[in-house]
Amino acid sequence: MHTTVNNHADASIVFNNDEERVNWHDKTLWFIREKRDKASHNIDEWEALRNNASQIKNNVLSNLSQYLIEFEEKAKANGVIIHWAADAVEHNKIVHSILQKHGINQMVKSKSMLTEECGLNEYLEHNGVEVIDTDLGERIVQLAGEPPSHIVLPCIHKKKEEIGELFHEHLHTEKGASDPQYLTAAARQHLRETFLTRKAALTGVNFAVAETGEFVVCTNEGNADMGAHLADVHIACMGIEKIIPEQKHLGVFLRLLARSATGQPITTYSSHFKNPQPHQEVHIVLVDNGRSIHLGKEDFRNALKCIRCGACMNTCPVYRRSGGHSYHNAVAGPIGSILTPNMDMKKNADLPFASTLCGSCSNVCPVKIDIHDQLYKWRQVLVKEGYAPATKKVSMNMMGWVLSSPKVYNFAGKSARWVLRNTPFLVNNKLNPWYKERELPEAPKQSFKEWYKANRK
Amino acid sequence: MNVALFIPCYVDQFYPKVAIATLELLEKFGCKVSYPLNQTCCGQPMANSGFEHVANACNTLFVDNFSGYDYIVCPSGSCTLHIKDHLHTDKHSPAEKEIRQRVYELTEFLVDVLQVKHLNAKFPHKVGVHQSCHGQRGLGLSQMTELNAAPFSKPGALLNMVEGLELITLDRPDECCGFGGTFCVAEEAVSAKMGKDRVADHIKHEAEFITAADMSCLMHLEGILKRKKSATKVIHIAEILNAQ
Repeated sequence: MHTTVNNHADASIVFNNDEERVNWHDKTLWFIREKRDKASHNIDEWEALRNNASQIKNNVLSNLSQYLIEFEEKAKANGVIIHWAADAVEHNKIVHSILQKHGINQMVKSKSMLTEECGLNEYLEHNGVEVIDTDLGERIVQLAGEPPSHIVLPCIHKKKEEIGELFHEHLHTEKGASDPQYLTAAARQHLRETFLTRKAALTGVNFAVAETGEFVVCTNEGNADMGAHLADVHIACMGIEKIIPEQKHLGVFLRLLARSATGQPITTYSSHFKNPQPHQEVHIVLVDNGRSIHLGKEDFRNALKCIRCGACMNTCPVYRRSGGHSYHNAVAGPIGSILTPNMDMKKNADLPFASTLCGSCSNVCPVKIDIHDQLYKWRQVLVKEGYAPATKKVSMNMMGWVLSSPKVYNFAGKSARWVLRNTPFLVNNKLNPWYKERELPEAPKQSFKEWYKANRK
Repeated sequence: MNVALFIPCYVDQFYPKVAIATLELLEKFGCKVSYPLNQTCCGQPMANSGFEHVANACNTLFVDNFSGYDYIVCPSGSCTLHIKDHLHTDKHSPAEKEIRQRVYELTEFLVDVLQVKHLNAKFPHKVGVHQSCHGQRGLGLSQMTELNAAPFSKPGALLNMVEGLELITLDRPDECCGFGGTFCVAEEAVSAKMGKDRVADHIKHEAEFITAADMSCLMHLEGILKRKKSATKVIHIAEILNAQ
């Protein structure tokens, strides 16, 4: 398994050791942000659509239990088997038990961030089930033994030459070949054979409609359909927040999703699954895994509106320059930084600080999650819960003391300026992170306050 | 019109000329300006680091200093936004609410309150505008590229009144510079890289000066420009609007 540094700032230092790669990563994702801008600016009612989506999700979050029960009833009536999982472990066990019942030890899986969150692949492999990811990007990172670095573009951190090498090693393509068309053709051949021989297919769920009991899976590659149509058993896994009330609401969300994600008007495939085909079993696993606790946190519940478009990652100037793996979770970037502290505050205490609070994320969010405000609020919670480093606590208390007393502040300011002017080596050194790539400001002899007293009073 | 001048701590200590330009500019437009001498800081450095609770004494001091004025004007979008959104003390006094409503960033005060239509200023240079995020996305000083909405810019409108000034266009008109308060040292690698990329955009488009409504962003960009020994300089918007 890929090793990650479990601290965003440290992982970012490693990522930034290769500046050329950072430039390439930044430009690639900025290109997608620009495509998103063009696609959204072409729709006059774009901001109204975002408002609608946000309001629909407000309704969902306020009536979630009711919609879930409605969805269960309708889906059962459609012939679907429903499972409820309280957490990741239960989810993994349910999926495994379905496979065991059918004596299946090989499965294809289209993209599902939920199964990444639950660590399903590792669990199944540990229990002797081979899982093949069929989303091309996910297959690439799976071959590399790495987690996805982006929820929509799982291998966005890999250059085509690196993918060529991986394919040469695993799929026996020509050495040195990096032509995307050639590599995609090789992947397609490899995956076609897999699709034809697997008896079980797992897919994610983008939207589950309470009114009808159907669910919708959006892909560009058609891999979810290929898997689900050919398999005897289709397992769809979804977080409980994926519910929308009525079918007509898809018209709002499907218009927003792909435009926000990649700048496409719509995903190539938006597949609706309702009734199982004859001789096929369809299972839906509804997973909580911390979501109902999250729902109870007033300041943070809006994060559950997320439709996993990834727009906040593409626009985030920090994400683009630190890479998805630096967020050490299945969901990276700004949205990951407000979702993951709910799961594990200690492990993810660094993430709400991995932001300048610039606010671009909240502006691109198709469901108008107040992402940057939540980052600020998580910081307060994490410090209060005791997850701030001791050195930071000392310096912040000190700062609070200095800034609450005009006399102390005036003296501290004067002293700091004196040091900068007379003994600059005390601050211009390796111990000062500012100085590594930046000069310090010149220190004037007189502060404004001193000038004001001399000139105006 | 009684105006209190609210000068951010780092501007007071390191960029007094920005505060002087702000004061002179407001005086030119006939404001009666006072500078409360016991002011220190808005408390943002603690709050943004998650230590809102240790800023209580600092906030109380702020309320003591700035109560009773018609307007409070500050040459920083970021500090203004912080006061607007987060000035709270244990006392929950009506004065706090009044301050939150009466605090203005300099350019929005000039455009929205004083309704400035003409400036007697001259600055014959190529200038790139850095949109500081808290001013832009927080206070709404300019339209944001993420939104599908009509463009406008309060700092831009003022800069267009300056004789001889040529505004350059940028590849990324409103990307964050990476300063981010304590982020600039806690996440030094990403912060510095963001700053370098911002500076490169301005230099590519031949800016002689980079200006902004926030000196903190400019302090960060200045640090990078100086390390590069670049000829491009930073200048606060108040200094340009006050330039003769």
